[in-house]
Amino acid sequence: MIAVDVQGRAGNFASSVAFESAGDVTAVFGPSGCGKTTLIRMICGLHTPERGQIRVGDTLLYDQRAGLNVPAHKRRLGVVFQEPRLFPHLGVTANLRYGQWAGGRSSPLSFDDVVDLLGLGALLQRRTAFLSGGERQRVAIGRALLAGPRLLVMDEPLASLDAARKAEILPYLVALKAEIGIPMLYVSHSLSEIEQLATDMVVMTDGRVVTSGALDEVLNRLDVPGFSEGPEAGSRVKGRLIAHDEDTATGRIAFEGQQVVVPLPRPRSLGPVLLHIQAKDVIIALEPPRGLSIRNQLSGKIAALHQPAGPYVEVLVQVGAQQVRARITQLAARDLQLDVGQSVYVLIKSVALEPALG
Amino acid sequence: MLQLSPAEWSAVVLSLQVAGVAVAAILPLAIALSYCLSRWAFPGKTLVIVITHLPLVLPPVVTGYLLLLGFGARGPMGQWLADWMGLTFAFQWTGAALAAGVMAFPLVVRPIKLAFDAADPLLEEAARALGTSPLKTFFLVSLPLALPGILAGGILGFAKAMGEFGATITFVSNIPGETRTLSLALYTELQKVDGEAAVLRLALISVGISVVALGSSEVLARLVARRVRGCA
Repeated sequence: MIAVDVQGRAGNFASSVAFESAGDVTAVFGPSGCGKTTLIRMICGLHTPERGQIRVGDTLLYDQRAGLNVPAHKRRLGVVFQEPRLFPHLGVTANLRYGQWAGGRSSPLSFDDVVDLLGLGALLQRRTAFLSGGERQRVAIGRALLAGPRLLVMDEPLASLDAARKAEILPYLVALKAEIGIPMLYVSHSLSEIEQLATDMVVMTDGRVVTSGALDEVLNRLDVPGFSEGPEAGSRVKGRLIAHDEDTATGRIAFEGQQVVVPLPRPRSLGPVLLHIQAKDVIIALEPPRGLSIRNQLSGKIAALHQPAGPYVEVLVQVGAQQVRARITQLAARDLQLDVGQSVYVLIKSVALEPALG
Repeated sequence: MLQLSPAEWSAVVLSLQVAGVAVAAILPLAIALSYCLSRWAFPGKTLVIVITHLPLVLPPVVTGYLLLLGFGARGPMGQWLADWMGLTFAFQWTGAALAAGVMAFPLVVRPIKLAFDAADPLLEEAARALGTSPLKTFFLVSLPLALPGILAGGILGFAKAMGEFGATITFVSNIPGETRTLSLALYTELQKVDGEAAVLRLALISVGISVVALGSSEVLARLVARRVRGCA
């Protein structure tokens, strides 16, 4: 449980942030310079707000009215910064255990568990200068975990890494989420990272929270200014991979009693998967089409329509218990005379889909 | 010819003692001041910097004279220290150490401040987030990271203290066995008609001490720098 309601100032930039989240992984999303890092620094006690309250779990960390401001070293948070910030004068093991030998913290996770979880075994005897960027960030994550935090705070931990390094670390983060049982606050400006990790989401622009709530709900909101109309906008849906056809290198995913075909170049275990469906990759049809290359057609009902200023109309289609977003032109919406409650078919190119770990 | 007379020998030992005590006394002060100058902005910061560096630009005789005014037997600081700590400087080796320390101070502060400037404050933040208090963070993170600069500053200060002349002779005079350090002994021999051999001996010893000090500090600094950069 995180409850934040603070006003603060960093240089000329004023921010006023309020949200509450009880989720396992709460993502804070927003463009660069929207105040995410200032928010994180206030939560960690590295920057003092002007007014407000910060609560993590049942512990009040900051309360301006009560004159309470727990210093950073007593907040018992695990912080992973954009840069790894490993101590260069210490070896990997001394870095990992720093919170324990220097900070006097104890961790419910054992050293060996953390080493296994993050694949650090081969690095323990190394000096930090001889680690790659991805390895350093993994050590930094381990170091934060071993400090026995009540909340793991990650400030764009992948932002300083190239695409290959990101792909190297993301699975470790997914594993963390499943195995450690420590709530996480994950700051990012990458929707795809957030969709793979988060359960809840806070969207920020210009130092303010524009919307927050359960991840899928926030992703499917059509009318959040500066967010809903973004180029990456789309839905995250849950399905089950039920078959893999090696001849055609495709997989079949069961989704709300219907099926979706996805490219699957490498075999993987059957079971739950997450699919990110970008709104701009979705076509709306009134009748089941024929003679098209498109593989995926799902029947559903229009749940909501929203027309912001500009050429597009945002459409939310209810498919079983889940929802899929579509972005079409105003022209198309007018020609089809779309309306809420109408039965439609949702068409999605298989090529646009890439299943992630569920 | 390299056989030292007892008087010369005592000058060498006295110099090492004076320089050693001077550096040991100013090092903690220099470290604390450098850290404050590197990390914080405070009112009067420029004034502090100016006063710290004054001995570097003032004629040493002036520095010695000011020390005489302040720390002499009748000086306000001198009287206070004598009353409260029984510490006197006038015409004693402790006065030579004070003069050497004051003259060496700016040379010690400079490399240490540069080392703190180079030590990333973000690492200190990370340490605090991991549970170490600001004071503990200073000793466990900032200080080890600045170690190469502290070493360099210490050696530089030691060399300066060994060679200090003008402020010393002005403040505590040139008393054999008490304030006559290597430089003062060398100067004294130069004044004599038959002092040439002694001058050469003292000069050679001076060069020898300097070479050993600089050489070992170079080696040590390289080792420490590698360690601090995370390479060894």
